[in-house]
Amino acid sequence: MAITFKQVDFTYQPGTPFATNALTDINVTIPTGSYTALIGHTGSGKSTLLQHLNALLKPTSGTVTIGERVITPTTSNKDLKSLRQQVGIVFQFPESQLFEETVVKDIAFGPQNFGVSEEDAHQTAAKMLALVGLDQSLLERSPFDLSGGQMRRVAIAGVLAMQPKVLVLDEPTAGLDPQGRLEMMQMFARLRHEQELTVVLVTHQMDDVADYADNVIVMDQGRVVKTGTPREIFADPQWLTEHQLGLPKTTAFAQTLREQGWQFDQLPLTEDELAQMLKSQLAPSLAPSHFGEGTAHDE
Amino acid sequence: MMNKLIFGRYVPGNSVVHRMDPRAKLLLSFYFIGIIFIANSWLTYLVLFAFTLAAIYLSGVKWSFFINGVKPLIWLILFTVVLQVLFSAGGGHVYFQWGIITISQSGLINGVYIFCRFVLIIFMSTLLTLTTPPLELSDAIEYILMPLKVVHFPVYEVALMLSIALRFVPTLMDETEKIMNAQRARGVDFGEGNIFQQMRAVVPLLIPLFVSSFNRAEDLATAMEARGYQGGEGRSKFRILKWQMRDTWATISFAVLTVALILLRA
Repeated sequence: MAITFKQVDFTYQPGTPFATNALTDINVTIPTGSYTALIGHTGSGKSTLLQHLNALLKPTSGTVTIGERVITPTTSNKDLKSLRQQVGIVFQFPESQLFEETVVKDIAFGPQNFGVSEEDAHQTAAKMLALVGLDQSLLERSPFDLSGGQMRRVAIAGVLAMQPKVLVLDEPTAGLDPQGRLEMMQMFARLRHEQELTVVLVTHQMDDVADYADNVIVMDQGRVVKTGTPREIFADPQWLTEHQLGLPKTTAFAQTLREQGWQFDQLPLTEDELAQMLKSQLAPSLAPSHFGEGTAHDE
Repeated sequence: MMNKLIFGRYVPGNSVVHRMDPRAKLLLSFYFIGIIFIANSWLTYLVLFAFTLAAIYLSGVKWSFFINGVKPLIWLILFTVVLQVLFSAGGGHVYFQWGIITISQSGLINGVYIFCRFVLIIFMSTLLTLTTPPLELSDAIEYILMPLKVVHFPVYEVALMLSIALRFVPTLMDETEKIMNAQRARGVDFGEGNIFQQMRAVVPLLIPLFVSSFNRAEDLATAMEARGYQGGEGRSKFRILKWQMRDTWATISFAVLTVALILLRA
């Protein structure tokens, strides 16, 4: 399901002295099946844009097209349920949305709101719990007894249980340890393929953008300042610095090597890619016959 | 929803009213409510309105804020006015009588007076909250409550509680909005359906709010303890309240107003 923004402006509390302009002239498309990363420093309008993805906010002017539905400033707040079901949003620190007595009830809460029977919803809940890598024995526990990481997984399962077509993730790994972060990101990549999801990821982790995304939207001061593939975005380190954004670790490392006189046709994004590039440059001096083959790029 | 909570919200500014001592503002606002009851004629109400509007003018805050302050209470005011008009036995010409319902000249006039009183009180208290940061208000309350220490009233603790409560109002509102969004994304409709559906919709909002409030309270207590917080006697203040010339002038102007009202009273 594609989501298209056309000349979208958004102002908080318009017509009051507290009016603040959050989005200006947004024209951007999130294609079906893409893994889109939304980046930009704090206050650039990412979160506001995100809330337009399932019509939690409506544009002050312009239109947002979500699948078949067109959201305009005058769209009624009713009948938005099907949209909310199709676009699942995992907000920052989603564990704060847990409220039920048991894990299974909390995960089943979303689907039941969309008219799924209790029995079916509970079955889905059990499936989703497995999907996010938690043990079935947790189903009847109180969500408030779980560890922070487990709570977050339960909350994510609660969004997945609605079986959305688009999964929106707002800094899903904030506050997790490195191992937890890696597991979480791999889980989303796996879910994306298994459930054929369109994924939108808001993040400050450029490594995640390089590793997982195939489409990047860069925001600054309420505007979209650049869109493209990660390779296009990370090709210009100076431009990124100007917009208070960093490089993935690997790319930054290659950049340092380049300054030391190494030659790269293009900056690598992932560790594998860097390894390949280094290998192909080192190979002639090591053992040419053996290493010469491995120059193919692997994305 | 959050847009409508303008009543009682601080609007930053640098006017004479903004710079007044919060103690003066708080005490004079209460005093004002008292002297409103001296007024009993058109002329005295006119004087009160002129005084209030002058104060609003000095604050530099837009008129619309004050009108918005009255709006949420308009039905309560009208209800009171209607009661006054229909059931006051008073004298003067009787226009209409049916059972215990009497519409008389004095009843109508009293109704208008009551309406004026409400509007004046709301304008003045809105002026107080619009021009005074909440934390300054709580400092003022702490100062004013000081005499109660004699009877072992926990003044410092109450003031601290008040400051903390006020400090966390915006935080709690942000939190509410965040959790509402998260639950709306999970298919909850707030403010729709019949009363039972609406009450049920509140549960997924209130429980997370309670949980996060308790967590935050614990964090705050730990943070305060870690920084060696000790309340009570001898604790110095970051914001020091200073009585200045303008506060004296404001007090004098209220005194003049009082004298004027007493003299002009019918």
